[in-house]
Amino acid sequence: MAETPLIELKDVVKTLGLNRVLDGINLSIRRGEITAIIGKSGSGKSVLLKHIIGLLEPDDGTIRFDGKSRAEMSPAEKKALKQKFSYVFQDTALFDFLNVMDNVSLPLVERKGMPRADIQRRVRDKLHQLDLHDIDQKYPAQLSGGMKKRVALARALVTDPEIVLFDEPTTGLDPIRKNAVHSMILGYQRRFGFTGVVVSHEIPDIFFIAQRVAMIDEGRIRFEGTPDEIQQASDPGVRNFIEGLESPRDDLTGITSHSIGQNRLLQELSRLQRHEIPFSIVLMAMDNLEGIDRIDEHEAGQKVFKTFANHVTQNTYITDTCFRYGINKILTVLPDTSEEQARDFCRKIFRTMENNTLFDSVEAAKGFSYSVSAGVAQAHKDSGLEDLIAQAQQGQAVFYEGRN
Amino acid sequence: MFSLVTLKNPVAGLGREVLTSVRYMGRVFLFFIKGFILIFQPPFQFDKIRQHIYFIGMKSVFVICLTAAFTGMVLGLQGYYALVKYGSTAALGSAVALSLVREMGPVLTAIMVIARAGSSMAAEIGIMRISEQIDALKTMDINPVRYLISPRIAAALVCFPLLTALFDVVGLFGGYLSGSALLGVNPAFYFSRAQSSVVMSDITGGFIKSLVFAVVMVTICCYQGYYTHTRAEFGAKGVSISTTSAVVISCVLILVTDYVMTTFLM
Repeated sequence: MAETPLIELKDVVKTLGLNRVLDGINLSIRRGEITAIIGKSGSGKSVLLKHIIGLLEPDDGTIRFDGKSRAEMSPAEKKALKQKFSYVFQDTALFDFLNVMDNVSLPLVERKGMPRADIQRRVRDKLHQLDLHDIDQKYPAQLSGGMKKRVALARALVTDPEIVLFDEPTTGLDPIRKNAVHSMILGYQRRFGFTGVVVSHEIPDIFFIAQRVAMIDEGRIRFEGTPDEIQQASDPGVRNFIEGLESPRDDLTGITSHSIGQNRLLQELSRLQRHEIPFSIVLMAMDNLEGIDRIDEHEAGQKVFKTFANHVTQNTYITDTCFRYGINKILTVLPDTSEEQARDFCRKIFRTMENNTLFDSVEAAKGFSYSVSAGVAQAHKDSGLEDLIAQAQQGQAVFYEGRN
Repeated sequence: MFSLVTLKNPVAGLGREVLTSVRYMGRVFLFFIKGFILIFQPPFQFDKIRQHIYFIGMKSVFVICLTAAFTGMVLGLQGYYALVKYGSTAALGSAVALSLVREMGPVLTAIMVIARAGSSMAAEIGIMRISEQIDALKTMDINPVRYLISPRIAAALVCFPLLTALFDVVGLFGGYLSGSALLGVNPAFYFSRAQSSVVMSDITGGFIKSLVFAVVMVTICCYQGYYTHTRAEFGAKGVSISTTSAVVISCVLILVTDYVMTTFLM
């Protein structure tokens, strides 16, 4: 790989007490990507994150930033590096003696040379972007858990950091809030373009937002690759871990989980190759959820998506499999179906959506326009899994636009 | 294990204990020096210092007045019954004034402020530590010692002498209440003897003591809170033990330094 990784950990070792928490970690974090770090509880994920930001120093090994370790940097360079980072703590770590305004503005106030009016404007902008309205004067203890997470995110993003480290940002949240935080991270990462490192237990949801995944086990990196690679990994340790955490149903929508759906796809492919039984796939994506999100603390979008997923499943036959393919995507496997029949399936779904009562249950989504795009692909004997999905993605066109 | 070593080789045990204490004192001292120097690092944290002066100083005024009044009154009573045997009740003013200005004022002020502000300082900083708020400051490139400790040191250095002065004055009137108003010592004698017996060096000595006590109190209380995570006990238990040790250690140290300083100032 020609490009120097933004952060590179090499043989990092750390012993805390009698416990060797990190035992030779090698990991590269690339610029502009979200890297997820997964692993069992107590496997050293948070400790690893604290090493990256410099709250802990490694006993052995090096951590390089753009090819330079902290020891090689001048104090000015170290300071500049520190200012590129932000850290979102697991328990938010908001200052309980300061109100929301002061909490979020603190990192700017303490940095020299910024006029007060500018700071206030920036903080208001950031709070506004994160849909936090009229809570400037409230204290963290007066906020709900989800709001606190967002205030913590606002505090982390207010300095326009280049690298944001998230320590279990969704632990203890219900499925709707959890998905809301994930879509928030992905949305802001796209909007602000930071490099993200997310420590998470949320499998498979974290695979929807991460470009790279590293699994840490017994103080070492057991696996590093893309979400697709880790889900197809042959290493039994990795497989057991992922399958153990993944429930057979997606906990937001209740439809089949990602890995079971993937297996189903593979089965259909082999049926096609052996017995020439055709099948098609439909990839549906719900767009413009962000627009709805802005109204209701990022949760309306999740509710709308959940309703849509239910609607799709209701229209499938028992032999069909619907599974969640991404943060706002559903993939349906239709056995014994040609491409044209699959298109009919799409038309049926969208025809029934046209009476516009589908999203009435979501109060905040009223009056919002949304669109669903769908891509259809029929499998061929020689097509691989990736080709098939890529074909469906390419053929994706806006199928339905509605206003609730 | 430690006690076994002490039993087997008391000299080694003693040495180890001494070394641990010296190291601890060194760390506390460095902590103070760091906090003190950072008071002067621009931009000055006027606002925070003002808030802490309000908390340590202004909010202690009532409790200091109350303690001072009763201390003065009891000094008046005890002094009167001791002096009346020798027929020299006129000296009551000097007795009350000297014991207040030299000893009671600085020591009792410090102990009352420890009870009121020192304990809450240790608990507040301790909770910030265990809820990762101090780590959060570090991740924002904010020096936690400068942000949390320096303003408290500055505020304590301002408040202690002022509170001590208040204690002395209120205590003097307390002595007047019990000695003159109740027991009938001539008020003119009381105040003139009080005025003539106290010299400038007594006042300076009292103020120097109060400044040293301010340093002892604020350093110990902040240190205990700041390093609460290094204890064997975690979480709320750790904070509660830190708060208790902060109060106990700083009270004991204040009495010890008081004795040492009195020896030098006499």
